[in-house]
Amino acid sequence: MMKNNETIYLKNRPKIIGSYSIVGPKEGKGNFGEYFDYVMKDDCFNEETYEKAERKMIETAIVGAIDKSRINPKDINMLIAGDLLNQIISSSYAARVFDFPYLGVYGACSTMAESMAVGAVMVDGQYFKNVVCCTASHFSTAERQYRFPLELGNQRPPAAQWTVTGAGSCVLSLSGEGPEISMVTFGKVIDYDIKDVNNMGAAMAPAAMDTMLNHFKNTKTSPDDYDLIVTGDLGKLGSEILIDLMEDKGIKLGINYGDCGQMYFTRSQNMMCGGSGCGCSATVFNSFIMKKLNEKKYKKVLFMPTGALLSTTATQQGDSIPGVCHAIVIESVKS
Amino acid sequence: MNREQRNLAYNKYVSAKIPKTKAWPSLFNSFWVGGLICCIGQGINDLILLFFPSISEQSAWAYTLVVLIFLASFLTGLGVYDKIGKFAGGGSIVPITGFSNSISSPAVEFKNEGIIYGMCVKMFTIAGPVIVAGIVSSVIVGFIYWIFLI
Amino acid sequence: MMFLDYLWVFLVGGTICMIGEILIIATNITSARILVLFELTGVFLEAIGVFSFVSDFAKAGINVPIVGFGASLARGVIGAVKTNGLLGIFSGGLMATAAGISAAVFFAYIFGLIFKAKTK
Repeated sequence: MMKNNETIYLKNRPKIIGSYSIVGPKEGKGNFGEYFDYVMKDDCFNEETYEKAERKMIETAIVGAIDKSRINPKDINMLIAGDLLNQIISSSYAARVFDFPYLGVYGACSTMAESMAVGAVMVDGQYFKNVVCCTASHFSTAERQYRFPLELGNQRPPAAQWTVTGAGSCVLSLSGEGPEISMVTFGKVIDYDIKDVNNMGAAMAPAAMDTMLNHFKNTKTSPDDYDLIVTGDLGKLGSEILIDLMEDKGIKLGINYGDCGQMYFTRSQNMMCGGSGCGCSATVFNSFIMKKLNEKKYKKVLFMPTGALLSTTATQQGDSIPGVCHAIVIESVKS
Repeated sequence: MNREQRNLAYNKYVSAKIPKTKAWPSLFNSFWVGGLICCIGQGINDLILLFFPSISEQSAWAYTLVVLIFLASFLTGLGVYDKIGKFAGGGSIVPITGFSNSISSPAVEFKNEGIIYGMCVKMFTIAGPVIVAGIVSSVIVGFIYWIFLI
Repeated sequence: MMFLDYLWVFLVGGTICMIGEILIIATNITSARILVLFELTGVFLEAIGVFSFVSDFAKAGINVPIVGFGASLARGVIGAVKTNGLLGIFSGGLMATAAGISAAVFFAYIFGLIFKAKTK
């Protein structure tokens, strides 16, 4: 049912019946290490190139999620996936091994929310019974595409973030057991004219603020109504900016607010401003947050990954970095 | 507040908020690593002149640079040079070894896309400007000098 | 006197690299820009005749940084103009630096074939 402009109330409340996460060795040593389903021994995953490794990670995550949801792969009606590479090749190439219809989505680092939101709407409308959503990113493939070759000896500026190597996948369905998606707020593309590619947190924070404000306004909720409000990969700097921006608008984000990127790595790993990439929010959501939801430790979670929709071509032509953010509300208790 | 003012205010706020590199340690590291690389170069040059006293000073320097370029290229292949670079910053970019690293690192990286369109094309993604700027500026200098000679 | 020589090399070389680091910290410029900037500085210094003055006591301290590469470009082109005239304008610069460029490309090719990029 559509009440307001951006927010959708899902009256059938699709359930997340299975989730799976797979990460690289460095991520496995991070703060969420024990929650991931699978930690790779090396980033190459027994493949020749990192692009192929990313593809295999997506395949593994999809198979894992279907396996955990205990439904027959024949009953999957749709696969929605995305990643960071040009022409989202990792997802599309991974999709060719499966016998499902496929939708490729791109929302940069917000892809997990985008695929889940689209999937949830499809399932809620009862056009599709079971939908798989998947996203992945890989440090080595993203680095060579967006920045410099791996072996180039240059320093990372202190606002830089580390692209997470990881893939997360989940199965949405109307039948079965699991936390329910109750609301979806689609975000607008917001651009506050940030041009520094090493400071994505600052570029995405206004988008997160805009979506968050719309969400609270449309649903008439406040931060206190949620057990956890989690943004995707704003990083240390970006999440501090978001807290400041929200304060300016009169909303105080308390201790129930966190950012996946900021929390991802331990202090000793020295990752500057934290993790980024679509694997960041995808793996945290499909491991840690899903586990807490299943245990009913969290009753209502606001999950809002943010994405910086830049490309090297646009930034080299002097364009600024637009951001986007989608919000999803997941509830573990029927209300 | 219109859009431009808003963006300007936000950019100002962000640049005040952004964490700064701890300047002193990285300046110190770049200083001693850079100095050390130059000393290694001087050592190689002295050794070459010691063992082959007949060659000219000019070609001894050329040999020295070739040796340094070889070492940097090798360390890049081993995956060590970027660690030095992370530590020393300018200290390992400014010497000729940094030039070598900027050619070798894309060569190692883009091998997977094939020898011709991967490695050979991408080899100059970072070092290309150095060669172009060098040639253009040398032609300009040569032209000015030629006019003075006439 | 050997020690004093190396001290000069260390001090001058270190200072040049530190200037590069200051630029990186202050303006966030990338390594390609740093290299071009220092190379052009070298061309300029050689063209106005300051380079050889510093090079006399700093030796590798100024020849190993990319400044020296720029200086040999300028030195080469000036020498070639003297001997070859107009053609020297186009041949001199690259001729003087051919060894360095060829070595960099050749070794990059060889090691590119041998090694594989590692994840950090």
